[in-house]
Amino acid sequence: MTVMMQEIPLEHGLILATILFLLGLVGVLTRRNLIFVLMSLEIMLNAAGLAFVIGASRWGEADGQVMFLMILSLAAAEVAIGLGLVLQLFNKHKTLDLNTLNKMRG
Amino acid sequence: MIDLLWLVPTIPVIGFLILTFSCGKLPEIPAGIIGAGSIGLSFLVAVLAGLDFMSMSEAGIHSYSQNLWTWMAVGSFEAGFTLYLDGVSLVMMFIITGIGFLIHVYATGYMHDDPSFARFFAYMNLFVAAMLILVLADNLLLLFMGWEGVGLCSYLLIGFWFKDPYNGYCARKAFVVTRVGDASMALGLFLLFASLGTLNIQELMVLAEEEWVIGSGIAVAVTLLLLGGAVGKSAQLPLQTWLPDAMAGPTPISALIHAATMVTAGVYLIARTHVLYELAPSVQYLVGVIGMITLLMAGFTALVQNDIKKVLAFSTVSQIGYMFLALGVGAYSSAIFHLMTHAFFKALLFLTAGSIILAMHHEQDIFKMGGLRKDLPWSHALFLIGTIALVAIFPTSGFWSKEEILASALTNEHGGYLLWLGGVAGAFMTGLYSFRLYFLVFFGKKTHDGHEVMGWHLQGPLVALAVLSLIGGFIHIPVEEVFHGHEEHHVSLFYQAIMIGLPLLGVLCAYLIFIKQKVDFEKLAGSGFGAKLHRFFYTQWGMDWLYDRVIVFPYVGLAKLNKKDFIDSLYNGTASLTRYLHSVVIETQTGQIRWYTMTMALGVLLVISIGVFA
Repeated sequence: MTVMMQEIPLEHGLILATILFLLGLVGVLTRRNLIFVLMSLEIMLNAAGLAFVIGASRWGEADGQVMFLMILSLAAAEVAIGLGLVLQLFNKHKTLDLNTLNKMRG
Repeated sequence: MIDLLWLVPTIPVIGFLILTFSCGKLPEIPAGIIGAGSIGLSFLVAVLAGLDFMSMSEAGIHSYSQNLWTWMAVGSFEAGFTLYLDGVSLVMMFIITGIGFLIHVYATGYMHDDPSFARFFAYMNLFVAAMLILVLADNLLLLFMGWEGVGLCSYLLIGFWFKDPYNGYCARKAFVVTRVGDASMALGLFLLFASLGTLNIQELMVLAEEEWVIGSGIAVAVTLLLLGGAVGKSAQLPLQTWLPDAMAGPTPISALIHAATMVTAGVYLIARTHVLYELAPSVQYLVGVIGMITLLMAGFTALVQNDIKKVLAFSTVSQIGYMFLALGVGAYSSAIFHLMTHAFFKALLFLTAGSIILAMHHEQDIFKMGGLRKDLPWSHALFLIGTIALVAIFPTSGFWSKEEILASALTNEHGGYLLWLGGVAGAFMTGLYSFRLYFLVFFGKKTHDGHEVMGWHLQGPLVALAVLSLIGGFIHIPVEEVFHGHEEHHVSLFYQAIMIGLPLLGVLCAYLIFIKQKVDFEKLAGSGFGAKLHRFFYTQWGMDWLYDRVIVFPYVGLAKLNKKDFIDSLYNGTASLTRYLHSVVIETQTGQIRWYTMTMALGVLLVISIGVFA
């Protein structure tokens, strides 16, 4: 089979990345549970990663892929620490509701 | 060896730095070795340089200057960090390092077990360095730096035991009062520079002689301003009030700073700039009159004090009065000579007083002593030697120097019967108050037991000083070249007899009053007019009272009145504005993490749209 790989236009890819990013942002802004906020953050990170990959394939450079690998490891680290903090918060306050976790107001 | 001169002030500075950076962690023995050893080393270098200087002197070169570096140069003004050695600074250098070394050794014994042992020696070393710069300076600016340096060390050491607020008060008083004099001296330096365009001392002397007319306004103004500095530092009228309070410091300090060296800086300054004073005869006469009044005032005050150190302090004021008297009549070499012998016997007296105070467990009231000659044989013998030298009994060192001063007061052209009579009356007073102190401490009824504190650090320096007090009068000081022409005095046998006899008469009176009790001193001082007179003398002729009323109280009142002034409201306004803004901004810190995210996202959006659309 000699089906030519159809090039996906750059715009389509970027629009997808933007949609993903906005979904994540809306999730961060509207969710009250800390776990979901963290998950939405991951989506935002992945949206950024996607944008890098698209750029890389468009210009045929490996830098975007490299950057995505870095984002991946950063996300892993962030989740490890974030979940640790979530656990501590839960132990202390028995809740993960962000509206009640507002002890650090001025 | 004379090119090692720069080491003389440098070694104490190094000692100071080591002791300071040890941060009090240095144990007592190494700290003492560094503290006293640096001064000893400095003395050795001074001796080597001095020997070289002497041989140069014989070859006809009478001064040596060593330029280390240019300190500052602004326009036509240039001040070098230059050391200048001639006869006078040589004598001063020997006094400072030699007597300084003995006092440092004594202090290692006296300050034994003090928690701030290293800090004490750090200050002492810094003091010696500053004092050496003062006497070795070749220009008045460098001299002024040393002058301020010794003032600072004096402040630090008077308030050495700062945990007692009274000591801090005394230190502040000494600092502020001498500052009045220093301000006047600084003005004098400005005026000198404005008039003659240099501050180099030797150039100044030559230029002044060429350009100024005798008795001209500028000469009078400059010498008066410099005199202000000198009376402040040397505790003469009207700025003498700080010295008695300076006795709050440890006793070795009183010996080193407030008897032997720093307080004589004023005498040194006037002797150094004597050419200027000769161009202003009225001011020079004023110097003599100030000296005479001060020596009488201090003599009367010393007679009624009951603190052993205060008696000695007033006697110091009085002896420096003699030096001023000598300067006033143009007998500069006698003034420097008396400065030297006074350094010997007054250091001895203060240090012996320190030993007595140690033996009495820090009791300083002479009425609580008495009958100590059996308990403290060493202190007794040494104190007696110091006292007879102070009273100027033939042939101790004090006799030769005081006799020279009185003879010049009588025969010099600037002198006269008035100054001579004042000096002679002072000599009588000296005999009276010194032996009052001696009799009250060592004779009479024994009330408290004392135990002599022994040790080579304590007795060694005292014996050396005692020897110097006895034979120091035969030391020849090489100052003829500086003051041009040595004054030979020939006074008739009658005056000679008076000058030898009056101090003895003073001693006899003291003996009759305080041992035989022919006159009841208590009763005399306890009733009516006598009590008033006693009080008047006791408060140094009411000077402190007067200054409190005339200067301190109005100043404090003004300060209180001015507590809320415009400048303050400027700063307070800044503070309250900041506090208000803080209370506004604090509203945005809600603790709601989603709110923060929202504002951040909006902010990023804003920035991007500015980037895109603008």
